[in-house]
Amino acid sequence: MKYDHTAAQPVYGREMSGAAIVVQALIDQGVKHIFGYPGGAVLPIFDEIYQQEKLQHILVRHEQAAGHAAEGYARATGKVGVLLVTSGPGATNAVTPLQDALIDSVPILCISGQVPTTLIGSDAFQEADTVGITRPCTKHNWLVKNVNDLSRIIHEAFHVARTGRPGPVLIDIPKDIQLASGFYVEPKFVSMGYRPQLVGETRAIDYAVDLLCAAKKPVIYSGGGVINSGAHAVRLLRELVHIGDFPITSTLMGLGAYPANGKNWLGMLGMHGTYEANMTMHDCDIMLAVGARFDDRITGCLDAFSPDAKIIHIDIDPSSINKNVRVNVPIVGDVAYVLEAMMYRLRGISSMQEPSARESWWQQINKWRERKSLAYHQKTNVIMPQYAIERLYTLTKKYNPYLTTEVGQHQMWTAQFFGFDEPCHWMTSGGLGTMGYGFPAAIGVQIARPDDLVICVAGDASIQMNIQELSTAIQHRARVKVFIMNNQYMGMVRQWQQLLYGNRLSHSYVEAMPDFVKLAEAYGAIGIQCTKPGELDDCIREMVACDKPVLFDCRVVNLENCFPMIPSGRAHNEMLLADEVTDDVMENAIDANDRSLV
Amino acid sequence: MPASDFILNDFTISDNTPVETHTLAVLVDNDPGVLARVIGLFSGRGYNIESLTVSATEQEKLLSRITIVTCGVPHVINQIRYQLERIVPVHCVVDLHVRARELGQDKPIQRELALVKVLAKGINRVDALRLAEAFNAKMVDATVEHFIFEVTGNSSKLDQFVSLMRPIGIVEICRTGVAAVNRGSKGM
Ligand SMILES: Cc1cc2nc3c(=O)[nH]c(=O)nc-3n(C[C@H](O)[C@H](O)[C@H](O)COP(=O)(O)OP(=O)(O)OC[C@H]3O[C@@H](n4cnc5c(N)ncnc54)[C@H](O)[C@@H]3O)c2cc1C
Ligand SMILES: Cc1ncc(C[n+]2csc(CCOP(=O)(O)OP(=O)(O)O)c2C)c(N)n1
Repeated sequence: MKYDHTAAQPVYGREMSGAAIVVQALIDQGVKHIFGYPGGAVLPIFDEIYQQEKLQHILVRHEQAAGHAAEGYARATGKVGVLLVTSGPGATNAVTPLQDALIDSVPILCISGQVPTTLIGSDAFQEADTVGITRPCTKHNWLVKNVNDLSRIIHEAFHVARTGRPGPVLIDIPKDIQLASGFYVEPKFVSMGYRPQLVGETRAIDYAVDLLCAAKKPVIYSGGGVINSGAHAVRLLRELVHIGDFPITSTLMGLGAYPANGKNWLGMLGMHGTYEANMTMHDCDIMLAVGARFDDRITGCLDAFSPDAKIIHIDIDPSSINKNVRVNVPIVGDVAYVLEAMMYRLRGISSMQEPSARESWWQQINKWRERKSLAYHQKTNVIMPQYAIERLYTLTKKYNPYLTTEVGQHQMWTAQFFGFDEPCHWMTSGGLGTMGYGFPAAIGVQIARPDDLVICVAGDASIQMNIQELSTAIQHRARVKVFIMNNQYMGMVRQWQQLLYGNRLSHSYVEAMPDFVKLAEAYGAIGIQCTKPGELDDCIREMVACDKPVLFDCRVVNLENCFPMIPSGRAHNEMLLADEVTDDVMENAIDANDRSLV
Repeated sequence: MPASDFILNDFTISDNTPVETHTLAVLVDNDPGVLARVIGLFSGRGYNIESLTVSATEQEKLLSRITIVTCGVPHVINQIRYQLERIVPVHCVVDLHVRARELGQDKPIQRELALVKVLAKGINRVDALRLAEAFNAKMVDATVEHFIFEVTGNSSKLDQFVSLMRPIGIVEICRTGVAAVNRGSKGM
């Protein structure tokens, strides 16, 4: 059974094979690229892909990379990223990115092949209970048992993935269903049962606005939900900050919603946030949390979290509200809808505090700013990691680049030192902290944005988790620049061992480090190594000018640690600052009780 | 209006309350995977299940009703409700205890059924029958050496029946788990 996907006739009710239905449904959902890897249980779908041109398949080298690439693609475009994997090991390899996307609210769709329905449960070749395994790590998943349900399920899956709090979904399609012939239904004929609440409760919104107007020490704490909500939400947030002259900080996931060059910006908050952001949070009287979920990296010690604050919390997911921190004014709804309503009320109100009423608050904040918590000493003979990111930022910002990271110290330094002025230009694994995320995610971004500069800031350990994707980058001409901050260690692990485990560096030294320059060349990419601060700028320029994938081996000082840092279980006003940290402080920073915290 | 007076639906619950037992009624799509999702949620997030019953209730709408008895501090029970509502094929979740309170009632009507197989010979038979009568239990099977009783009521009544029967000689017990609805004419 063969179906011509290029023909423009209406396809409602057309009969075709399950595999053709999959491809047609993806095309009708506006999908241009999918990331995948073939195998026995998905060959019918790959055969359909072969015979059409609307949908481009990006062959990865490991299914985990397909998932992260789909995440990067989704983050850059706001669309659902799609991956296609075979049954058994193909599907289990995709589990990590599904969980990653679940925690970070990224809309992706995984299509997995399954053994034929008649063999399910018989321990058939490459059989795994994919729906069972992925149930807790997807927003929803489906096992297709009837080919006539297939198109409806695919359209529903897209709807579920992108609606409300976005997240990963999976459709498991047995091989006989792919081969069977059935009827295709277009998206517009499928009715969606799943409808989360978008509009906030008016009473709560009005009350929140009153609180904000009367606040003496307000702060806005914004998160990934603002980015998820879209460009309009970002515009409204900026307008709100401007009208009220509110200080604003953001989580790791929300960077870029308010520009880092804006005058009200305090920098990131949380465990590795700035002094001013965390002190402002600690001392505020009114906190507006927008699309953020009070993660433990943010709150630190819960009992000492913003002790004097009344908290307003806007979130689309009712289960995020009051989960970790009790709030005073919960507002369930989409950020854009709620901020729109708040702005409407605000514009009509004259009782907003005169800017002078908050002068002392801003004076206090400026004092905290003067503490210069991100300061470091650049040396003449070795590259400091903070300096490397600062130079990278300075030399690339004119290209408005997309940045992804792996996980570790380099991730935090990028968040601290790279200025993000636009949303959707920053992709990092926040909730799961998945090493191996950054490089494939960057490939996904580059596929979506072929003409833009895409940089993955990596650690020497993390990059080795999906290094094989160099081959993917070469094959698909994804000119991703991988900027490896090579400190010879799993730096973040080493930092914790220094703080908590008497400096016993158990297995955190990366021995047998490959020669990254030769490795790049072996794949047909470009390798650049830089060891001296004086050569860094030229090397970065060379990297940016290169029209191939680049592995940049940036040798940074080996034993630098990432500060400021709030040790687990401590309050915001108990941060460790770089210039205060002696060996003694390092050793006694965390007591035995708090060691069990992560 | 001070913030503490600002009671918005049920988000505002005070902290220092003791553990409570609540019954949740959950209307779900009649799909095979749904029960696994619900149970997975409880085990994955460390919530308690004291009793769980499932049955297709509205065949024409392809809906099933799950009744879960759970315990926790009110804040956790609230989380359970919102976590359940995140599950895509879950249509609605009602905390029957909270609803009863809203309706000015003490608690929902809760019933369970047990089949209790008792080994009883000689004078024990009289004791068994007397007990059964006191509990309004129905004898559904008997030989000269055993009885099977069907007893209905709230869970503590069933517990009591079982503990009184035990000295006589219980061989087997099967309980259905709790079915529950609120009093009054309104539906969930
Ligand atoms: C090594 C390491 C260190 C870290 N250190 C820090 C740190 O110092 N500081 C820090 O901030 N993070 C840090 N993180 C990240 C942290 O773990 C969390 O991932 C992050 O703080 C969560 O960000 P968020 O609250 O914005 O939530 P997200 O995970 O982005 O969640 C978004 C929230 O918004 C809601 N939402 C989604 N869409 C909408 C919408 N349309 N409308 C309304 N609401 C919506 C969701 O329901 C959710 O509650 C670190 C991570 C790692 C790996
Ligand atoms: C898949 C996975 N395994 C283990 C960890 C734990 N972990 C967190 S950071 C880190 C070290 C990262 O080292 P590197 O990539 O060199 O970055 P650096 O901290 O040195 O910048 C490890 C092992 C993780 N986050 N992800």
